[in-house]
Order: sequence, then C-alpha cells, then structure tokens
Amino acid sequence: MISIVDLGIIRGVAWQGDTLEVTVTPTYSGCPATSIINLDIETALRSHGVEKIAIKRALSPAWTTDWLSEKGRARLEEYGIAPPNPAGGPQRCPQCRATNLEKVSQFGSTPCKAHWRCLECLEPFDYFKCI
Amino acid sequence: MPDALFEYLLRLGDNTLVLGHRISEWCGKAPILEEDIALANTALDLMGQTQLWLGLAAEVESKGRSADDLAFLRDVWDFRNVLMVERPNGDFGHTIMRQFLFDAFHLPLLDGLQNSSDQRVAEIAEKSVKEASYHLERSADTVIALGDGTEESHRRMQSALDLLWPFSGEMFLTDAVDDALLVSGIAPDLSQIKPIWSKTVEKTLREATLTTPEDDFAHSGGKTGRQHTEDLGHMLAQMQWLQRAYPGASW
Repeated sequence: MISIVDLGIIRGVAWQGDTLEVTVTPTYSGCPATSIINLDIETALRSHGVEKIAIKRALSPAWTTDWLSEKGRARLEEYGIAPPNPAGGPQRCPQCRATNLEKVSQFGSTPCKAHWRCLECLEPFDYFKCI
Repeated sequence: MPDALFEYLLRLGDNTLVLGHRISEWCGKAPILEEDIALANTALDLMGQTQLWLGLAAEVESKGRSADDLAFLRDVWDFRNVLMVERPNGDFGHTIMRQFLFDAFHLPLLDGLQNSSDQRVAEIAEKSVKEASYHLERSADTVIALGDGTEESHRRMQSALDLLWPFSGEMFLTDAVDDALLVSGIAPDLSQIKPIWSKTVEKTLREATLTTPEDDFAHSGGKTGRQHTEDLGHMLAQMQWLQRAYPGASW
C-alpha cells in the first residue's frame, strides 16, 4: 500500500565499509510493527545481494507525519485511510470525498490512526493521526 | 550519588510500565469498543516508552541486564513507580481519572526532559512527549464528558477523584535522587512542573463540574521503593509469571 520510504521512517542509508547501515525511526514508540519492518528491510536487502546489514534506531528528530511523501498521502487515501491534516481532522471522506464527518474515537486500529465516520455515505474510516 | 540516574530512569520506566500494564487489563472488556481500543493504544504507547526508559536504565547500570530483565525479574521492592499507577483499575471512571491525573503530570515532565543535559534522555522525551500530549487530550476530554455527564457518571467521577487525590501528591515529592539530577541538568525541577499540573487539573475539573478535594495529604513510598501497596505484588504475579516459570522463554 505504502512504502516505508514514503512513510518517512527511513532516515538514512549509507555504506560503513562493507556494511550497509539503514537508519529507521519509529512512528510510535510502542508500534508493534517496528520489529517486523526491520526484519522486512533486512530480508529485502538480502534478496538484493547485500550481506552485511546494520539497522540503527534514531529517536531524534522524532518522526512527524510531515515526513509522509505526497505519493504516500495519495496511496493512503486510495486505500481508504484519510491522510493526516494539520487542521486536526480528516479533510474529506476517503470513500465519497464528502466533508461532513464525525470523530468516533481519538484512537483507531493502530497507534498511528484515529477512527472517523462519514455522515454522507455513513462509512467508518481510519484517519492517519497528525503528529 | 552514582546510581541517581539509574534510579531516576527506573522511576520513569516503572511509571509507564505499571500504568501501561494496568490499562492493558481493560483489553477486551472496556465499556465500549472504542474505549477498549483507546486504552489498548495508550497502553501500547506506554509500553514503548517503557522499553526506551528501562533500556537506557539497563545501559546506564551496565551489569548486563536488559529492559526485559528489569521488567520481568525484579520484585516489588525494586520497583520505583508512584503508588497511584499501581492501584487496581476499579471502575472505568476510576481508570480514566487516574489516567488524567497522571497524563497531566507526564506531559510537562516529558516536555522538561526534552531539554535534558543527557542527550539520550532528551531523545526519548522528544519521542514520548507527542504521545503524552495525545493521551492528555483524550483523558481530559473523557473526564469532562463523564464528570459533566449523567448523575451516575458524575457521582462515580467525584468518588474516583476523592479516592485518588491523596495519591497524586507523590508525583511531586522530591528526594536526593531528584536533587542530584536537577543539579546536573538531567531532570527538570518538579516544583516547576507542579503549577502546570495544578492549572490543567483545576481547569479540567471545573469544566467537569467536579469538586477538587482540599486535603493535601500524600501517600508515598512508591517512587523511593520504601513501601509499595499489596496491589503491585498481585499485578507482578500476573505480569511476570511466565518468565518466572520458564526463565528466558521468548517468542
């Protein structure tokens, strides 16, 4: 759906001698996907023939939804997740584009999302929290 | 005080660990699905912060222990969380009131820690402060909604507040550990955090139509490890039994 580069969590990729060092920042400190993402990065690099890999965690500067790329935002919406909006709530329903929306809960199916509902098409949807 | 930083990191990590575990106990049985998800998400944030704080504590201690060792293999007397967070959940109102009283403290504390002279501490605080501000927004809103809700919800929130109030003072009690970290610029001054907390609490409780208790007696002994309540022992028995029964078990 969206790549981790478009998500903005890859903060650096550089060779240190013969080791490829990938710097990753977590979206939320307790995000359970972090270890799976690290495993996937390693698997993907190995399948491209990179053998020595070091994955570094960077906490600062802390991840912000400003680092989501334009492509990433568009892909989220296509998938049915409203992209983050500095105004504090989703701009429009990712299904029908209506703007008559209501918040169901400040939290959603994962730490990075909140739960909203469209009052036109009545579909519930995830909103990517703006942090 | 050579171990002051280690002690201080345990206090930060044990507060988030114990409160995180407590609210995770609601998972699957909160009053409504959205609240269930919200509490589980908050618990997840607190657990993530715990990994960072206890991970750093283990690093600072340099005795070869990990964050997991600190979480699963210490007994009650080695925990350094405030007594308020180890209290059993009680009803939903009690859980939310406790969360609010803690969040209103946690946010300005983390905000201050962002300027820590220890860069590792500052980085963890910078990450956690965003999560804490979201927690406070929600718990304050929920305190207002329930306090200024029905007669029944108001009554329950007031009784939760009356019960928890004597536990809130411990967050601001200082000792030699706090003094040592303040002098070295690692931790902010708790006497400056207190008025920020009071302002948030007063404003929220007023909107919630709740009456702030006047007595400032404070139960203490959690953050210094002098004496925890029996409830922490029960919680740890539940949280630690697997590592105790099968040492070193991993996924």
